[in-house]
Parts: sequence; C-alpha cells; structure tokens
Amino acid sequence: MYPLPIDSKLVDECRARASQVADGVHRFIDLHTTVSIERTVLRAYGVDGADAEGVPLVNTSVDRYLKSDLLSRGIATFLGRALLRGAKTMQEAAEELAYGAAVDSGESGPSAAEIVGALAPHTEAAFAKLDGAKKKREEDRERLGVGRTPWKYVIVATGNIYDDAEQARAAAQVGADIIAVIRSTAQSLIDYVPYGATTEGYGGTWATQENFRIVRAALDEEGARLGRYLQQVNYSSGLCMPEIAYLAAVERLDMVLNDAMYGILFRDINPRRTLCDQYFSRRMIARSGIVINTGEDNYLTTADAVEKAHTVVTSQFINEALGRRAGLRYEQLGLGHAFEIDKSIEDSLLLEIAQAQLVRQLFPRHPIKWMPATKHKAGDIFWSHRVDGLYDLVGVATEQSIELLGMMTESIHTPLLQDRFCAIKGADYVFTAARHLADEIRWNPEGKIVARARQVLADAHQQLGEVAAEGMFSAVARGAFADVKRPETGGRGLAGVVERGPDYLNPILDVLEGKS
Amino acid sequence: MIRAYGDRKDDGRVQLSFTLPVAVSGRAKEAARLFCEALGLKDVAVATVESAGSEFSFFVVYARADVAIDFSKIVVPEVVVPEWDFKEINKVIEKKIGRKVVVVGACTGSDAHTVGIDAILNMKGYAGDKGLEAYPWIDAYNLGAQVDNAALLTRAKELSADAILVSQIMTQRDLHIENSRQLVDLAHKQGQRKMLFLLGGPRIDHKLARELGFDAGFGPGTRPSQVASFIVDALIKK
Repeated sequence: MYPLPIDSKLVDECRARASQVADGVHRFIDLHTTVSIERTVLRAYGVDGADAEGVPLVNTSVDRYLKSDLLSRGIATFLGRALLRGAKTMQEAAEELAYGAAVDSGESGPSAAEIVGALAPHTEAAFAKLDGAKKKREEDRERLGVGRTPWKYVIVATGNIYDDAEQARAAAQVGADIIAVIRSTAQSLIDYVPYGATTEGYGGTWATQENFRIVRAALDEEGARLGRYLQQVNYSSGLCMPEIAYLAAVERLDMVLNDAMYGILFRDINPRRTLCDQYFSRRMIARSGIVINTGEDNYLTTADAVEKAHTVVTSQFINEALGRRAGLRYEQLGLGHAFEIDKSIEDSLLLEIAQAQLVRQLFPRHPIKWMPATKHKAGDIFWSHRVDGLYDLVGVATEQSIELLGMMTESIHTPLLQDRFCAIKGADYVFTAARHLADEIRWNPEGKIVARARQVLADAHQQLGEVAAEGMFSAVARGAFADVKRPETGGRGLAGVVERGPDYLNPILDVLEGKS
Repeated sequence: MIRAYGDRKDDGRVQLSFTLPVAVSGRAKEAARLFCEALGLKDVAVATVESAGSEFSFFVVYARADVAIDFSKIVVPEVVVPEWDFKEINKVIEKKIGRKVVVVGACTGSDAHTVGIDAILNMKGYAGDKGLEAYPWIDAYNLGAQVDNAALLTRAKELSADAILVSQIMTQRDLHIENSRQLVDLAHKQGQRKMLFLLGGPRIDHKLARELGFDAGFGPGTRPSQVASFIVDALIKK
C-alpha cells in the first residue's frame, strides 16, 4: 500500500497529546473501583448463579457491601475472610457475603497477608481457567485458519438465541467470517448480567454466559465442518462491561465491542463509572487475547460526517492510549470508523477514501473496524445495495481489517437471512474483483484526497491539544464528541463508583496488572 | 382502475424475493413457484435460486398480478401543513402566540435510534432545513433515546410543553405501535392529552398516527420546518 503524504511529526504529536489525555483519566481510574469490577472479581473466582428473581449472586453480595460502605476494601477482602472463617468453596463464601446473618465489618481477625494467602490458590485457579480458554481459542484459530481481510462481519439479532445460532450457521455457510449477536436493546443500562439461555429479546438477544456458549458451540461445529475458523462477537459495554469481558474471555469469544465513550455519549452512562469499568475490562481482554472494537463510527450518526470527521481520529488516538495503558497490544485494538458521509455530496467517495486511508495509515498494526452507511439509507433497498458496493470497494482498496457488511434493508428491520446473503455475495464479488487494487493506487499529492486527509489530521491534532489541556471529563461535558454533552457526575451508574481505600484488595487486578 | 406497470401498460409485472427453509434443488424451485401461485400470481418466473445456507434457498421471482385497484376510491388522511419557512414560523409565533413554543422530543421505549428525532430537533436539522433547536421562538428539548413513556410525560409537564415529539425507528414485532399507543393512553389518564402529540419514523404515516391517538404522524423525508409549521398552526387553531 502506498501511503498518503502526511506529516509524521503531526502524528507523533497526536500520540503524545492522547497520552496526556489518558494520563488524566487514569488519575481518576487508579484510585477507584466499581460495583461491576467487584462483581467481576467474584465471577473470576468462580461465583455463579442467580436467585429466584433472576438477580445474580454476584450482585447480591457486592450490593450488600456497597450499602454497608465497605466496598472500598474490595470484595476480595471479605471473600478471603469468609474463607478463613471456614467457607469450603468460593460459592459458599459468596453466599455468606450475600445472605449471612451479619455483614462482616472487616474489623479484627486475619491480617491482609493471611487474606491474600487464603485467596492465592483460587487466584491461580482463576487464571488457569482464563488462560486455558485463551489457549483453546488460539489452537482452534491456528488449526482451522481465519479468512483473508477484510473479514466479513455480519450481525444476527433475532431475540431468540436458538434462532441466532441457526442464522449464524447459515451466514457462515455463505461466507461470513465473523458473527456478532446484537444485544437486546437497553441491556447496556441494566446493572446485572441476565442468567441462562434466552428466547425473547427486543432488537437483539440478551448477552448471557449460556447464550455465549450456545453460539460458540454452533460456530465451533460449523467451523469444523467448513474447515474455517468462525469468529464470535458480543458487547463488553454498558454497566456490566467488565463482567461481560470476563464471560467473553472464558467462553472464547474473539471480539467484543468495548468503548466507554459509546456508553457515555449514546446511553448516558456516567463517565467516571464506565471509564473505570473500561480499564478493568480491557485488562481482562488484554490477558485473554480478545480483539476490541471501538465505537467511533457512532459519532457520525449524530454529528456531521464531513465536519466532524476529525473527532473520530481524535477519539481513536485516545482509545489507543487508554488501551495501551490497559495492556492491549496494537493487534487487539480494532479502532472503529464509518462510511457515513452524506451521499448527495459531490466527491463524497473521495472524502470517504481519504478518511479510510488516513485511519489505516495512522494505525497500521491495528485491526481497523470499518462500519457501513446507515444514516443516509432509507427504504430503497436497491439504492442501499449500491451504496454498500462502493463501501466494499473502499474497504478493500484501503485494506480495512474488519468490515461490518452493510445491509440493503438498513433502517427497515434487523437483517433477514436473505439480507445477509445478498451482502456477503456482493462483498465477495467486490473483494475478489479488487483484491490488489491497494497496490496500484498512487495518491495525487495535489489532489482532493490528500488535501482532505491532511485537513482531518490537522483538525484532530488541534482537538487533541484542546482535550489534553482541559482533560477528558471536561471535553466530554462540553460536547467535544458526537455533539453530545455529558457531565462528569451525570448519567447512570455513578452510585456504583467507590474510592479505593488504603487497604483495597483485588488480587485479580494485581495479576492482570502484572503486580503479582 | 390501476395495475402494476412494468414493461407495457397494465402488464401487472411484480418482483419479489423471499427465502424458504429448504436446501437448493429442483423441488425447492418448484416450491417457490407454487408459493407464488398460492399468492395469486400468474406467469411465475423464478429468476434465481441461491443457496443462502445449507438449509435455505433464496429466490428472486417475477410474475404477473392481475389485481386492479380503484385509485379514485382511495382516501388517505395527509397532514395539512402551511408552507412556512424558518423565518415565517418564527414571525408567526412572535405575532400570534407571543411566547416561545416548548417542544419535547424523545425516542421512546427500547428504541435506541435517535437519527429521526435528531434530524428534527438538533440545531443542524435535515437536508439543509434547520432543526427546532435553531428556532429563536422555539424551546426544543431532545431527551434522547430509550425514554420511558412516564418519564417523557413528567418532563413535558415540568417544561410546560406545547408539543411532544415521539420517534420510533427500529422495532421488532410491532413493538413501536404498542408503545406509542400506551403513551397516549397514559397522557389521557394523567390529564395531559391537551398537549399536541406527534409521532415520526420510517414506518409511521399520518393515518397510523391518528389511529394510535396522536395528532399527526410524519414519515421518512419529513423536514423540521414541516413539523414546526404543524405545531404552530395547530396551537393557533386551538
């Protein structure tokens, strides 16, 4: 691929500024924990199950210690103390935290070292499980092989996990590489992970551990039959971001959508809460080898894709910096962007090419996640299908990595079986027909594409300067992204953020951070 | 009387596509043909049979439909809106209402797609037509996505809203219809039905909106000035 002539000094400065932004965010993150982080600790220790009303045990345990103002010590402290008092298993210890006659005040009793000692074998078992799942995934990918990029990514969203599995198989049979099960609308706003297999959802299917297993099993079986590894995707986002990251890790998902900014801007989740959650989830994801997909594409559904193109790049640099601080490799950072420019604009395709090539070049090792047109599509499926043809062409010509295929029925309904078929068949044609187009392209240094790419980079550079100066929380409150304003103390989930005490204990995080 | 028109007047040519849950085969193709005949279509030509999975066949079909529709008998209620532009709307509010018009909008229920409500309310607007936030004589509040019906009514009461705008975009199994109906029912119960209720979305039209108890319905391609004109006109008529 021939690069666009852009100023590499400017790119270096963008990274330095993004790094400053990430440092600012970490000054908050490193001093806090959240209810969902603590629930993930319990899950990692093997705590499972839900009560008759469907409330997971991890919620009942953590909420009780939150209400008693004890969570600043970390739920692991109380779990360890329950073990030392005689609980035989982690499950039993967690049940005691949830339902025991009295809340453990944490006073007197064993020393911190004794608690850590009691937890140590369980911590080891937790990581043996996580690492075992990673190993299994890597072996399967190696044995069966993943297809060439751009990977063809399609969504299923029936609401019924068994229909999803069936549709996932059908999509794989006609050439899909990646299957994402869209979550039931508004799951991001519920502060617990539902339990068991589900057959009724709205606009998608509930993300549960059992549902992950059902789709994984279907894809494993179908992949073995087709001789091709099939990748599974779900959402580590919303109020249960870290818990889903853990469940995705142990159930061998390949990718998760993971971006605090999406929750903040589009779901009104509290910025402090979700940035803390994101850090812990990314630590878990880094360990498990999962690829994240970030959600910058969404900015362009509310803000204008021409005027605000630079906000995507700004956010990608910040996401990279935050991801790196959580231990993610570049190869795990599927930064997002989209083909959302108004289709009635003359040369809109040139602007799209400029953006796609710029992003590809700024993030060369990253599995870039490229999203199709949605905003300017309406009910004319034939026109939409042609839009998707151009989208596919730009995708292959600029060597995007993960391509979520556009649906001709976008804005009409969630994809039908035949919509996915038509999208995959169309993409196969374009990818085959233009397979080596990228090698043939030389950019006109005085042309519109180069000028546009330089402009977007310059604007992102300036915006990163502003965000670095004022800090991420302030920038988000001001509406710097997606034209949406979210104050630091507004939104859902703030009550679940707790300042870590001097005696905060989290052996799972310690291992994830490489401290023990 | 009108018939579908493809190549020659009244030839009744239609195209359709669908999937049957069987593997591609001669029998599958015959099943598709019989399926179309059962729909009342004639001269069924299955243009293609594609394998959309090992157990699924996708068909594109051309056929003749002999049905004719008496166009003269069709009555569809359409929203009658004065053709005012941005400046005229502000002027009319200033002169005839004499205070700012308060509009509250939201995507309700489980719908997370704000594209429609944003196009109407956000400053930028849609297709070069400024959104309601840009009107000096309109106070527009965009409550965003996934707003509960009760919360929407509470907020509208707090703001003394003149009009409520509801957007419903992506839904499954006609959830948008039930949810919209519930909003109006709740407004009646709470004595808030004197406000104007407007419904918008790609699968919404004026007729459906009226049936659900709304004052007006707006489909795809609606410009913000049309919505503003309707609200202002209706308020003056009241």
